[in-house]
Amino acid sequence: MSLLKTSLSTIDPALGPSLGAPAEPSAGRPAAASAGVATEQLALAGPRRRWRVSDQSWARAITPVALLAIWQLGGMIGFLPTRTLSSPASVARTFWDLASSGDLAAHLSASLRRSVTGLALGILGGLGLGVAAGLFKLGEKIVDPAMQMLRSVPMLALAPLFVIWFGIYERPKILLIALGTTYHIYVNVYGGIRNVDSRLVEAGVTLGLTRRGLLRHVIVPGALPQALIGLRLALASSWLLLVVAEQINTKEGLGALLDRGRTFMRTELIVVVLVVYAVLGILADVFVRWLERRALAWRRTFAGQ
Amino acid sequence: MSDLTVAPVEVRGLARAFDGRTVLSDTDFDIARGEVVALIGASGSGKSTILRVLAGLDLGAEGSVRVPRRRAVVFQDHRLLPWKHVWANVVLGLDGAGRPQALAALAEVGLEHLADAYPATLSGGEAQRVALARALVREPDLLLLDEPFGALDALTRLNAQRLFADLCSRHRLSALLVTHDVEEALLLAHRVLLLDAGRIAAAVDVPRLDHWDRDSPSFVELHTRLLASLGVDHARSRPNA
Repeated sequence: MSLLKTSLSTIDPALGPSLGAPAEPSAGRPAAASAGVATEQLALAGPRRRWRVSDQSWARAITPVALLAIWQLGGMIGFLPTRTLSSPASVARTFWDLASSGDLAAHLSASLRRSVTGLALGILGGLGLGVAAGLFKLGEKIVDPAMQMLRSVPMLALAPLFVIWFGIYERPKILLIALGTTYHIYVNVYGGIRNVDSRLVEAGVTLGLTRRGLLRHVIVPGALPQALIGLRLALASSWLLLVVAEQINTKEGLGALLDRGRTFMRTELIVVVLVVYAVLGILADVFVRWLERRALAWRRTFAGQ
Repeated sequence: MSDLTVAPVEVRGLARAFDGRTVLSDTDFDIARGEVVALIGASGSGKSTILRVLAGLDLGAEGSVRVPRRRAVVFQDHRLLPWKHVWANVVLGLDGAGRPQALAALAEVGLEHLADAYPATLSGGEAQRVALARALVREPDLLLLDEPFGALDALTRLNAQRLFADLCSRHRLSALLVTHDVEEALLLAHRVLLLDAGRIAAAVDVPRLDHWDRDSPSFVELHTRLLASLGVDHARSRPNA
């Protein structure tokens, strides 16, 4: 550019101002915005304020409230016969009766006890097997094929066998839940360990970390995100398995309540149990999310808009 | 640390093959105390293999290698643990060292104020400086650097190189710097080893010229010569030459 200009001016100084000066903006720079390029004004709104985000939380309520309204109205105008599906009002009444008499608490605690015990066993087993398979090649060879087989066995089909093996009381129920949750924990602990960045492990070695140090500072925290996903899946499936398990001779528990509703054609009872299941599921999810937020504060992930 | 007459690093007859394919053969060199040696060569010439052997990360090599017990590695990627705060990363694996030591090391690279940040929030240059602090806090007798500035943008790289040169002269560091950047090697090292097809093809002493004067004739001459031995045979085109 500078070379061009000097050579031009040496050839004819009179050309200098007429060629050099006006040529600069049009030839040297991109064309002005008005000259045929489609432009747009961006709607800059400044930094996002917090209240705007939390303000949207009412949006979560839209769908459930609308469904409830349709359900209640449908019952009132006869579109949904109450023999098929009781109205929300009668469900609420039944819920209140069960809750105030202490029945609900008794059934709920019986179910919770089974599910928590089963889940605890499942976590213990899944963790042990997952760590064995994740850390050691031999462990992987011994454990993994069996676990992959277990995955494809429907737990529902195991129930009769469990009754024969473990009787009809608490043991088959708890063990069914334990076995069903083990896999979720196992596969995510194992995968979590195997997915730990080997470059970080190498860096840890050069920093003088011992085997134990590597485990504590690199492998466990590195495997944690996926292990927590396993926990979430296990929690969810422990509820599902509870329904299956409580089909086995149950006097007390949400499954028994469900069974009673079926026997006496009381749909409102069934709906109450379903709602309780749903609420428990949400609570479990909130718990794991809270755990994740605390344990994985270091992560910078996309949070949605 | 007493002044030793024996070189801290002594490599004799080092060879390495992967699945029968030789990547390194018959390599001898020393690194003296306080000396920065740059290892340059095209990709695949075995630079990183040497560094990994010296770091103790590759025990499958043959030959005789003596290195200081206290050594630290800075990789091309920072390799900070994302779940630990910056300061905890700096003193990771260091017995009896805590926050004060971490802060002192971070101050040396000018990043004290980021002690409580998570690595994911740092820029590339900052993360690499933290990695440098993490290496320095160990007071290594040998610092191994594997293209430490390779992933940085040009401006950040200049600053990081200057910082490294400062730290080297202040701490009298012995270091092995693996790089493919001839200019970087000349700016930072006392001696440049040229690696070609798994052998040291040339060793060039870098005179104590004004290191940062890239236009000085001796710098240009060395630069051209090294580039030529790397197979880049035309003279460097310079804007004002």
